[in-house]
Amino acid sequence: MAANNYYDPSDLKKFGKISEWSKELGDKFFEYYGKVFEEGALSAREKSLIALAVAHTEMCPYCIDAYSQDGLQRGITKEEMMEAVHVGAAIKSGATLVHGVMMMNKVNKLEM
Amino acid sequence: MLKEKKKKQQSLHKRDSEFAMANKQLEKLSNGIFANGELPTFSEKIEETNQFPLRPNKLEILQINVGYMCNQVCEHCHVDAGPDRKEIMTRETMLQCLEIIKNTGAHTLDLTGGAPEMNPDFRWFVEEASKAGIQDFIVRSNLTIIRANKKYYDLPQFFKKHNVHVVSSMPHWTRGKTDKQRGEGVFDQSIKALQELNAVGYGMPNSNLRLDLVYNPSGAFLPGDQASMEKDFKKALLEDFGIHFHSLFAITNLPISRFLDYLIVSENYEDYMYSLVEAYNPAAVKNVMCRNTISISWDGYLYDCDFNQMLELKVASKIQHVSEYNEEILNNRKIIISQHCYGCTAGAGSSCQGAVSTS
Repeated sequence: MAANNYYDPSDLKKFGKISEWSKELGDKFFEYYGKVFEEGALSAREKSLIALAVAHTEMCPYCIDAYSQDGLQRGITKEEMMEAVHVGAAIKSGATLVHGVMMMNKVNKLEM
Repeated sequence: MLKEKKKKQQSLHKRDSEFAMANKQLEKLSNGIFANGELPTFSEKIEETNQFPLRPNKLEILQINVGYMCNQVCEHCHVDAGPDRKEIMTRETMLQCLEIIKNTGAHTLDLTGGAPEMNPDFRWFVEEASKAGIQDFIVRSNLTIIRANKKYYDLPQFFKKHNVHVVSSMPHWTRGKTDKQRGEGVFDQSIKALQELNAVGYGMPNSNLRLDLVYNPSGAFLPGDQASMEKDFKKALLEDFGIHFHSLFAITNLPISRFLDYLIVSENYEDYMYSLVEAYNPAAVKNVMCRNTISISWDGYLYDCDFNQMLELKVASKIQHVSEYNEEILNNRKIIISQHCYGCTAGAGSSCQGAVSTS
């Protein structure tokens, strides 16, 4: 266990161990997870890029580690990966900014 | 910086690097995480499914390495090939190989290197070998050799004349990734060479002149799904350059020679070995290429595969040289393994013919 850090890169390799304390739920989660990333209406490649974008908006270092590597394995280029991160960033900042309308509504309602 | 660049243009042998020596590589692969029990050794792993000792199935492929000289110095090269390597098969050894080719039960002859075309007797050897009527005659061409010098310009025609099956390396459909792994300018020259191969009929839809590409990851990661990669390669090469090819073989980089050196220098060695062990697929062991292949080195010695050849691990048989070749005796051998073998059993498996398993 990491003594001085909340996050430890080697913990990613232990992800599967979450099933040890709750086998049924853990197994169901990994089965679901695996199914989600299979080729479907979206290609596995497209799903990998979505996962990379979400990994950044969630600021999950394990997911960033995993999906940067996954992207390389799939032959996804650096440019594609960075554009996916920008999509995440745009939605994140857009989500903040669109609340500005709420602020405007409130101010407009209160002001004479 | 310049010094670093110059170094990269030389083989490990020329640089007197530690990992030019096979015993140093084998030592590295047996120590550390494999000695302290953190990861199982390859023999322990295959023993779990009762596949130890690993033994050959029927011999299908004769792979002959006609020399380590190459016009390129690729960062991942397991041969440590380059312009400074002088190990070249002589005509005398080629004559011994021809005897084997005439009498073998194998259906595939696979010429590799280095750049096999740089062997001065290459054309003579291809002409003679093609007379033996072997079913599938492969030459592993690095593509740029076709453009390297006037004397190689007619190679596409020469391959066509002898109905050679051309297998060529292409790490990516983008210039940046290709040049980073294989050297500056390699991408453009490879594209031109592919167009010239297409022009004589190689790789065209419905053409019998087979042109397959080999994809090696350009870094410390495993190859993705071969079928998806093939789809992406085909789309990009056709749209961008009008290039056709038949199949893509996704090959895992094995942790030996220059790739091992790269893994250690870039501090990726342990993580990479973890990825290989985690991706271990017992189904891939059933079809691993050392079970249907014999590899012959430039000086006529026999090996279980090209990787074992580079690690100087000769076959465990009383027959160890082409001069005393006997297929029946050789087929009774035990295959020599070490931790580099995890490279051929990861995921869908990896061989010179690409993935070996669909499960």
